[in-house]
Amino acid sequence: MLNEYLKQKLDGESLLLMTHCVVGYPSLDANWRMLACMQKAGVSLVELQLPFSEPIADGPVFVKANQAALKQGLRWHEYFDFMAKAAREFDIPLLFMGYYNSVFCMGQDNFCERLKTAGAHGYIIADLPPEEATELDNHAQSQGLDSIHLMTPTSTDARLKDIARNASGFIYCVARKGVTGSKTELDAGISRYIERCRAVTQLPVALGFGIKTPEDISILKGHVDIAIIGTACLEAWEHGGEGKYMQFLQSLHQATLA
Amino acid sequence: MSQHQLQQLFEFEAGREGFFGEFGGAYIPEILHETIAELTTVFNAAHKDPAFWQSYIDLMSTYSCRPTPISYCDNLSALYGVQIYLKREDLNQTGAHKINNVMGQGLLVKRMGKKRVIAETGAGQHGVATATMAAKMGFDCTIYMGAEDVERQRPNVFWMEQLGAEVVVVEDGARTLKDAINSAMRDWAGSMSDTHYVLGTVCGPHPFPLMVTWFQSIIGQEAREQMLTQVGALPKRIYACVGGGSNASGIFCGFLDDEGVELVAVEAGGLGLDSHQHAARIASDDAEIGVAQGYKTYFIQDKEGQMQDTHSISAGLDYIGVGPILARLHQQGRVRFEAATDNEVIDAFRVLVKNEGIIAALESTHAVAQALKEAPQLNQTDKILINLSGRGDKDIFTIADALQDKKWNEFLKNKAKNL
Repeated sequence: MLNEYLKQKLDGESLLLMTHCVVGYPSLDANWRMLACMQKAGVSLVELQLPFSEPIADGPVFVKANQAALKQGLRWHEYFDFMAKAAREFDIPLLFMGYYNSVFCMGQDNFCERLKTAGAHGYIIADLPPEEATELDNHAQSQGLDSIHLMTPTSTDARLKDIARNASGFIYCVARKGVTGSKTELDAGISRYIERCRAVTQLPVALGFGIKTPEDISILKGHVDIAIIGTACLEAWEHGGEGKYMQFLQSLHQATLA
Repeated sequence: MSQHQLQQLFEFEAGREGFFGEFGGAYIPEILHETIAELTTVFNAAHKDPAFWQSYIDLMSTYSCRPTPISYCDNLSALYGVQIYLKREDLNQTGAHKINNVMGQGLLVKRMGKKRVIAETGAGQHGVATATMAAKMGFDCTIYMGAEDVERQRPNVFWMEQLGAEVVVVEDGARTLKDAINSAMRDWAGSMSDTHYVLGTVCGPHPFPLMVTWFQSIIGQEAREQMLTQVGALPKRIYACVGGGSNASGIFCGFLDDEGVELVAVEAGGLGLDSHQHAARIASDDAEIGVAQGYKTYFIQDKEGQMQDTHSISAGLDYIGVGPILARLHQQGRVRFEAATDNEVIDAFRVLVKNEGIIAALESTHAVAQALKEAPQLNQTDKILINLSGRGDKDIFTIADALQDKKWNEFLKNKAKNL
């Protein structure tokens, strides 16, 4: 389970990196090269997003990526084939990321079985509240998959407890209000928020939404266990291709060590 | 007042709040949980407070011509051999039933102390209604509208802007209503501390389906009373068009307890159900149960849950999902779902305007079309009630186009030339 893996890793490193791919965008081949860069740069976890036509939690960059991947015809079997191939080739644990309709239409048990077969470690579902996730989380548990739950700065302490109850692997803390992609100001408010999250869970804590630069990474050190960088990676690829992407990942990893 | 079953909608099993059978719920990003919880609390308190409903009735009677009348269609009745009544929601402020929901939510916004409202719009009717409410109640207002709908409904964009709203053109996805809803949700995820999302129909996460149904039930409550006092009998059938389903929910909810009244929901049949170019979620086989835009219902989606393009001559019915309460009422056999095609609608539009002098919205005309189709099944003494949910002035471009009106085209050409 991821909890053990992450704790082991955190023995040697003070802050781990989790990155993100929208599978099928800009192409499966590009996704493959992104993963190779991640492995080289020392990324510890990666979310593979299954595109959905109505991605309400995503900002403009990922919305466009979801649509383009679907337009190019990405289907479930290609997603899972890609995931299985990546799980064989790379050492980075893979997580499913997506929206509940995909899971619901696939069937919850079928979904967990396919994830397990493809070699994934768990899932993050952007629009499934914890009270609706119980059945899926039970399926996941029986397959040895982790269910990553999201905490947010607007959650009350009572709500944070509810979210923690069935969470496993690690906690995904959303850094601010809004959708993915726009910049987050990392200030004292963030560390108070992270303390509130830590108070309800023993799991490692990750922070995402708007983490964009090596400076952001430096600030997060000592506060959270994992920094999540999604949109900024894709932007690096779009602006400068593989070279820029690799350079960007390395600069992020460097910031975790310094 | 006969409202037993309407009140029952408010009673949920423990742990199943917001669900109507398997439909509904609140499938939302966690960031929205607290704001939805706040809205639910304020809404529940308003629902239990008789003074709130009275303030709503008072506002609607002085600002929006409520109660709207029912009109007997003597010419149409003679022509079709059945007694046809219309509930005249077209006579509302802003020309459609949309204002009912919007003014109700406006009163809730005041209770919550928020300063800004946002809304999605398809045809533009809900956007105009929301901008109107914001102007009257003093809120800032942003309206999200799909780029394709902006092209189809420019006059409504003009009015929204005159009313002081900012109109954001949505270029994502199919560039229609569903994409405008996604954009409004994204805005709300960042702005909820001072902003309320005025969802325009009986869809989206709980409490919206129930809340919008409750505000729109003013239609059905009035209509039932009017049928009893003015006509002396309840109708045999009630027809209403269904996009998301707010006007249908509104009128049906007045009659849920009256088992002898058949409730007929009419979806957009577009180019015909076989063409797959339509928006019939229940009347066709092209939809499956899914979860999107915050709720569970029948969606026009493929086997992998990706939403498909819909088509209707009326922008207001051109939507992928259907209200969860209506989906439940269908499952229970209480509401029958049918579809009327674009062509049937244009024919019905002509019949209604020529015989009764009423210019109906193309959305509402779907209900008229279905009623006229079914008239031969009924007797001369049978009464039917059609919810005429909006007026058709806004559709002048679409209707003139469908009727291939040469003089109108010349007018447009001259206008363009003189720009």
